[in-house]
Amino acid sequence: MAEGAIQAGCAFYAGYPITPQNEIPAYMASRMPEAGGVFIQAESELAAINMVFGASAAGVRAMTSSSGPGISLKQEGISYLAGAELPAVIVNVMRGGPGLGNIAPSQADYFQATRSGGHGDYHCLVLAPASVQEAYDLMPLAFELADKYRSPAIVLADGVLGQMMEPLVTSPRHKVTKSPEKPWALTGCKDRPANIVKSFYIREGDLERFNLLLQKKYKAIQDKEARYEGLNLEDAGVILVAYGTMARIAKSGMLKLRQKGKRAGLIRPITLWPFPQKVFQRLTVHGKQYTKRIIFLVVEMSYGQMVEDVKLAVDGRAKVEFLGRSGGGIPTENDVIKAVSRLIR
Amino acid sequence: MEKVFGRPNSLRNVATHYCPGCGHGIAHRLICEVVDELNIRERVIAVAPVGCAVIAYDYWDFDCSEAAHGRALAVATAIKRVHPETVVFTYQGDGDLAAIGTNETIHAANRGENLSVVFINNAIYGMTGGQMAPTTLLGQKTATTPSGRQAGSAGFPLKISEMLASLAGVYSVERASLHAPQEIVRAKKAIKQAFINQMENKGFSLVEVLSPCPTYWGMSPKEALDWIKDALIKEFPLGKLK
Repeated sequence: MAEGAIQAGCAFYAGYPITPQNEIPAYMASRMPEAGGVFIQAESELAAINMVFGASAAGVRAMTSSSGPGISLKQEGISYLAGAELPAVIVNVMRGGPGLGNIAPSQADYFQATRSGGHGDYHCLVLAPASVQEAYDLMPLAFELADKYRSPAIVLADGVLGQMMEPLVTSPRHKVTKSPEKPWALTGCKDRPANIVKSFYIREGDLERFNLLLQKKYKAIQDKEARYEGLNLEDAGVILVAYGTMARIAKSGMLKLRQKGKRAGLIRPITLWPFPQKVFQRLTVHGKQYTKRIIFLVVEMSYGQMVEDVKLAVDGRAKVEFLGRSGGGIPTENDVIKAVSRLIR
Repeated sequence: MEKVFGRPNSLRNVATHYCPGCGHGIAHRLICEVVDELNIRERVIAVAPVGCAVIAYDYWDFDCSEAAHGRALAVATAIKRVHPETVVFTYQGDGDLAAIGTNETIHAANRGENLSVVFINNAIYGMTGGQMAPTTLLGQKTATTPSGRQAGSAGFPLKISEMLASLAGVYSVERASLHAPQEIVRAKKAIKQAFINQMENKGFSLVEVLSPCPTYWGMSPKEALDWIKDALIKEFPLGKLK
């Protein structure tokens, strides 16, 4: 992820130590200066995200990384980034919660990431990689989308991804777009009027107008940027829905079920916000032959968070079941096979 | 006829929202005079606080960023690191710099960030309605110390400038005041020196400015100036601390 960020032209990193993501700041500490950027070990998560705010206001691609407890502290800054329409990338390598929790893999920060985790009426783009390669590949996309929509983007990984080693092709597969012109950035007001970066709208009506602009932007993101991977959907009786590491376990369970002749499929959301609603709508619209008999089985390393988005997308047109564990527990391939077998019978 | 006094170029020609007798308007103007005299309007970047001066960018005619309450020095650190050729300063009140932002203040100072800080100490929270600040004097009545600040429950006035002066990363700390014309001249000189220090890459420079808040001190503007002279300065003596 750190190298993916460098390849994306990230020129500023600030972070604070927390497990299980300490490899990112350690890598950045040596790599970022090589790449001509700035690395700062901040005194706190609050300082780190506000340094990212400053770097972004100054016009460069900037990021921070952390895990749940640190991401909670960063919410203030993320809200300000959204309010000031500043692009930035925030990596959350999720660990068990609530509170100090533990350092085991988890997906319990889904709500925090996909609902505005801080104060105010905003959203972050949320990308969820499922392999080391994809974690690398999604970083340039995160920076591009953040710049395109002038919005913070979260890359939501989990402790398994944060700690695992896998082969990686480091030449960027994704065609990286350069950081666009940022005429709003703070560079000193030579040959132009002074720029102001702010999220404060005290005069009556101004904040509502600004919020309507934000909503327009969020609508465009929902229309254009939803991404998912679908496998064996067209004839499936049970469709597994999982993201990140959990999707890999679900996928291997699904493939074994297929070997036994059971009609299982998989939807793996790659963007969690915007949530890929359309595929669920397509599969459940009345009048299609398979409408009534699809069951969605949502599998998560939490006690049920993404399942709410699946229910909203399905809107009562199909049954939605849930399988999950949290606090370091991970549903196994066997758990998935058993649960699907029960549903298919 | 020679024009000997006028509005600084970098000060916008608008009325401020500050109360009668408030020191912010004077401090804003001093900064703009310094920016003009050093001819740095096109490369200065300000970071405004949360507090009464939250919309300082409506008055200063150069690049400005907002910062969350207390985080101005984290924001400024990054702007300066990204654009070392610019001149970056923060403008912060006592609550912003010495309460909610103490951590950011101490660590930016200790890293020796090449920044200038204008620290407005009026011993009170103005924007939220006159609550106790870290620099509120013992016995001083505020909205949250109705019978006066008591050391036993609310601690002592925080001398953050003295604390910062003890840090190896800090280049210069000076305390000035706005209670009299000659003091205003000294305050301007101190602010100018803090900017020059940055332009000469000397490192972290802070100017604490004792500033009147007649509204929440419950005084007339004249009484407020006298209270700085008679009470505030006794707790926060003027002069160069480092």
